[in-house]
Amino acid sequence: MEEKDFYTKAPNSKYAKKIKKFTRVKESAIKFFFAINGTMALIFIILIFIFLFKEGLRALDHIGLLDFLYLDRTNPSGGIERVFQWYPTSEEPRYSLIPLLIGTFLTAFPATLISTLLGVGAGIYLSEVANPKIKEFLKPMIELFAGIPTVVLGFIMLVIGASFFNDLLNPANRLNAFVAAIGLSFVIVPIIASLTEDALHSIPNELRMASYGLGATKWQTISKVILPAAFSGVSASIILGFGRAIGETMIVLMCAGNAANLTSNIFLSVRTMTATIAAEMGEVSQGSDHYYSLFFIGIVLFTITFILNLIAEIIINKMRKKNTF
Amino acid sequence: MEIKKRKKDISGTISLGVVRLMFFSLAFILILLLGKIFIEGIGVISLEFLLDSPKDNMTAGGIGPAIFGTVAVTLLMILFTVPLGVFSAIYLNEYAKDTFFTRIIRTSINNLAGVPSIVFGLFGLGFFILFIGKNLDEVLQTGLLFGQPALLWASATLAVLVLPIVIVSTLEALNSVPKSHRDASYGLGATKWQTIRNVVLPQARPGILTGTILAISRGAGETAPILFLGAAFFLPNLPIADLCIGDYCIPMINPTEQFMYLAYHIFIMATQSANPTKTLPLQYGSTLVLIALTFLLNITAIIFRYRFRKILGRL
Repeated sequence: MEEKDFYTKAPNSKYAKKIKKFTRVKESAIKFFFAINGTMALIFIILIFIFLFKEGLRALDHIGLLDFLYLDRTNPSGGIERVFQWYPTSEEPRYSLIPLLIGTFLTAFPATLISTLLGVGAGIYLSEVANPKIKEFLKPMIELFAGIPTVVLGFIMLVIGASFFNDLLNPANRLNAFVAAIGLSFVIVPIIASLTEDALHSIPNELRMASYGLGATKWQTISKVILPAAFSGVSASIILGFGRAIGETMIVLMCAGNAANLTSNIFLSVRTMTATIAAEMGEVSQGSDHYYSLFFIGIVLFTITFILNLIAEIIINKMRKKNTF
Repeated sequence: MEIKKRKKDISGTISLGVVRLMFFSLAFILILLLGKIFIEGIGVISLEFLLDSPKDNMTAGGIGPAIFGTVAVTLLMILFTVPLGVFSAIYLNEYAKDTFFTRIIRTSINNLAGVPSIVFGLFGLGFFILFIGKNLDEVLQTGLLFGQPALLWASATLAVLVLPIVIVSTLEALNSVPKSHRDASYGLGATKWQTIRNVVLPQARPGILTGTILAISRGAGETAPILFLGAAFFLPNLPIADLCIGDYCIPMINPTEQFMYLAYHIFIMATQSANPTKTLPLQYGSTLVLIALTFLLNITAIIFRYRFRKILGRL
């Protein structure tokens, strides 16, 4: 029964009216209180937006937008040389974000590639191959591994992984983008695996049955029917994983070597955007150009991950609408 | 009649085998790594290690203050985030209709969960310390008390970070309370608030607890956001102050001081300690403690949720 009907049918005495009025006021006050709390997530997103931009855009007071890309420097012989370097503390500060962006993608991209392979495989295994009893046990395990703090994974890669790959591959730098990418995959595989499992699980069983009915084998059903049907969900999980890889801090801070190399060699040290903020924010003097430029990196980072999350969200919402039969 | 046997799909069998092999080798590697940490770390763990302060320029001693700091920060964080998250979920599940506005709120919950943790650190610095803290100092005439990195602001920032976790698990819990229970309550003449308080919330309690535990485990493991929000390399004293009412004093967490943090401690010991090889056993020990802590919390949460779902399944 609706509350409204209840009130209209209540006795019409003066006392009842008073109670009614009080209750109504109280109820709407409570509703108002919850409504304020309810918008908190939105308010915090807006606040993050405002305060990142408030501090970050002040970097543009002294540093041009182009300076964040490159610096034209006159070298001793008189010619003009275009440098892409991140040296904010030198006498002639250079604020190019290019090496940091390259560092970020050189760690995040291989990590996503590895994790896609392993994570989608694990998701297929969980949803289609594993028997239900094992699945009941494995799903919480994946959740458990997803909960391992990233600083622990960074530590593992630093003391165990780096030496292992150093002996195995003999890279130019002991700490390099590759080691960081492996560390990142530990974070992203569980994410992709569980979201892929969700996506595959939401495919109605009739599709499987129809495929089997046509004489398809299990693998044919998975690869020709289930995976194409869940394509959008799986790609959303990969996008979310990529977003996580870009935003991850501790692992790249500990394992990527933190040298802002301008390189495409995965076995060299790189410096990511996140690691730059983490390493330099503690020592920078407040209000300096360097300080504001770190916030500017924050804006870039926030914007990239925000867009990736939004795309994934739209894909997932569309998939949900499509799959409600 | 002869039934033709289905043709054997060799490449398919191989592919399935590869998927299976991949999954188990992945699990194997993880267990191997965790086992390594366990074996290396278990040697140093003792009661002294858990309670003592670091000694000799951090090359000996224990992790007592770091554990204390972690507990203090997460405790304050929970005080901030649980009411906010639960109220927020109540609004979304009980009051709000499916409008454009509520859809934006739901999207922003998901987006908040996807914001990089280091960005939360910047946000905490810009908003909590430099905006709220500095203004508080000005209004209260306290000099430089709130406008600097401190325990309070670290927990407030972490509270924002874990807010989506609390909201999502509370939403799930509220959503699983059957509509018939609400209708029965309305039928007895209860108002909406009475229904929520007496019927919906008690049933959703395990779900809310699950969210709280998951939030604690996430908060305790985060390092990046607190890097410049007051986490300290080494502090001789615990962030404690006496709170006095008349003559009666009780020691309380002092939210305006800096603190040591287990996750940060591991990071510092592994990358910036004076002698990383000498302290390696200590690093393994601290890591083992942190892993054990998060695993314990997560397992509790998983068991809670499993039981909760079983009970609801019976309804």
